[in-house]
Amino acid sequence: MTTLAEGLRLPTNGLDYTLLALYFVVVLGIGFAARRSVKTSLDFFLSGRSLPAWVTGLAFVAANLGATEILGMAATGAQYGVAVVHWYWIGAIPAMVFLGLVMMPFYYRSKVRSVPEFLLQRFDRSAHLLSSVLFAFAAILIAGVNLYALSIVVEALLGWPQWVAIVVAGLFVLAYITIGGLSSAIYNEVLQFFVILAALIPLCVIGLKRVGGWGGLSNSLEASHGPNFLTAWGGTGIGDANPLGANWLTIILGLGFVLSFGYWTTNFAEVQRALSAKNLSAAQRTPLIGAFPKMFIVFLVMIPGLVAAVLVPKIGTAGSGLTYNDAIPYLMQELLPNGVLGIAVTGLLAAFMAGMAANVSSFNTVFTYDIWARYVKPGRPDGYYLRFGRLITAIGVLASIGTAFIASSFSNIMGYLQTLFSFFNVPMFVVFIIGMFWKRASMKSGVWGLIAGTTAAMVNYFWIYKQGIIAIPTDQGANFVSAIVGFVAGAVVMVVVTLFTAPKPAAELAGLVYGTTAPGLEEPSPSSPLRSSGGDPIAEGDDAWYRRPALLGWGAIVLAAACYLPYSL
Amino acid sequence: MSDLQNEVAELERKSATATRLFDIRRIIGGLFGLYGVIVTIAGITASDADLKKAENININLWTGIGMLALGLFFLGWVWLRPAVPPAAAELAPAGDEPPAH
Repeated sequence: MTTLAEGLRLPTNGLDYTLLALYFVVVLGIGFAARRSVKTSLDFFLSGRSLPAWVTGLAFVAANLGATEILGMAATGAQYGVAVVHWYWIGAIPAMVFLGLVMMPFYYRSKVRSVPEFLLQRFDRSAHLLSSVLFAFAAILIAGVNLYALSIVVEALLGWPQWVAIVVAGLFVLAYITIGGLSSAIYNEVLQFFVILAALIPLCVIGLKRVGGWGGLSNSLEASHGPNFLTAWGGTGIGDANPLGANWLTIILGLGFVLSFGYWTTNFAEVQRALSAKNLSAAQRTPLIGAFPKMFIVFLVMIPGLVAAVLVPKIGTAGSGLTYNDAIPYLMQELLPNGVLGIAVTGLLAAFMAGMAANVSSFNTVFTYDIWARYVKPGRPDGYYLRFGRLITAIGVLASIGTAFIASSFSNIMGYLQTLFSFFNVPMFVVFIIGMFWKRASMKSGVWGLIAGTTAAMVNYFWIYKQGIIAIPTDQGANFVSAIVGFVAGAVVMVVVTLFTAPKPAAELAGLVYGTTAPGLEEPSPSSPLRSSGGDPIAEGDDAWYRRPALLGWGAIVLAAACYLPYSL
Repeated sequence: MSDLQNEVAELERKSATATRLFDIRRIIGGLFGLYGVIVTIAGITASDADLKKAENININLWTGIGMLALGLFFLGWVWLRPAVPPAAAELAPAGDEPPAH
């Protein structure tokens, strides 16, 4: 939950507000202009599966680059130092590459329209309904929390009352998604990606100059926080104490393997961007193209965090008057003149709105296709589901506005609920990975894997850790361990349940599991004689070396590993 | 193919996004061009107080030029490689053939 200190009011003027107003006009304009492309429900929910890879790739990054992420990761940088890079280089990058190279062919070729729909095809209705309902609730909750966080930042920085910010931002999101659907959400995410860069790069440049460059920054921080603050792995030996409260093993397995893979490969708000790509090659390249900017964005959030830790050595403690989350707003106030300041405010607001829009545009899809069209009103003509989709989008936004108001009075409950839902992501990954690679995994094993994994992660976190049965130094460290526990429990239960229940008929698994082929989907494309190394038809131009998924994916892994070198030796 | 795959393939054939959605490159180019001009002017007319605040870097000027360059890059990209409407083969109502994508 974002909270900002008093006294961070920015000296904005007419120039800054002009830049902000221009952005809002363009956002609405995109919504209206995208309207004429929405003819079917597939256009509304998945952009007709027809967008180019660079668009979906940047949207893939931007959907995650909400302001809670930007402020939160700068806060992590100010608190833990260079260790924040783990969330990017060992967390996000391998998971994004795995999604693109290994999982995307199953997702995209099976033509599922959502992540829960894959569970329906691979397992059964109980796994499908459980994941659909939980996802729908979590999406509204997170959208509401985003909106509430936005209102706190806007109140602190611009002085608008909280309710004004909640209603204005909520209605803008409502308008552009209800009108233009996913195309409008994705286009705005691409725009937001560039505005965020234009906001953060100047902040880093001036911030570094203020503290005497990288050399001056490291000298100050080594003197005040010790040498481990500027290394990625310093102090993470098993049994060593470090502020993160995690050792190298829990970082690699818990954060790197389970948590990040769970988030990046099964969170529909992310996967939806790839499913809207125009063909399998573009869908595979979506997370791979996203991986390259993603691995450098860490510098743009880490540097402001570190600079803030130099300028306000006591940041995060009661004496300084600033919390860790204030790092970026504090630097904006201190360093940016009007003009660039307006761009930075626009970037932050854009990031909040895009973070909310990503949740709303994935919520409406799951609610319409997976809940309404499957269990409540099946078999209606497509036009009905398109109209229903628009209606449920509006209802979803209004519900998240309501959630934001509830969050403003009961912020502890909201934080608690968020933790609760976060544990559901963990077993999703184990269920997917076993489901995609083990043909025998039975129909019933899906839902039991989900339940067992979630329960185990929660028991570990709320009972074994919170009650102090096993000592883990920090919440962060406990989170990593809970993820590992949830993963193992989910896997074990899936195997045991599979041994005692019936497998899915082989014919229904075609194209969903490794080693099967979907009939009718591997046939030559009429428009192009080209084939990928896997034998799939590929479009004209996609055979170029720089568009080969394997090269992009392994390139990203090697580059991320190389990024670690300067901070490890 | 399963029912789901037939249903989605049918919707893909009716989809209008590929043919009717505008090109986002124009919007990025236009907005960043405009932002670039505004912020560059703010940089040219920067006051001493502005410069002092930003550690004597004329940050508006540099950011403005950077945004202008990005805007021109996108407009240049559209100009050099305009969006190609999908080939007739992909638009024609498919018979027994599965859709190309």
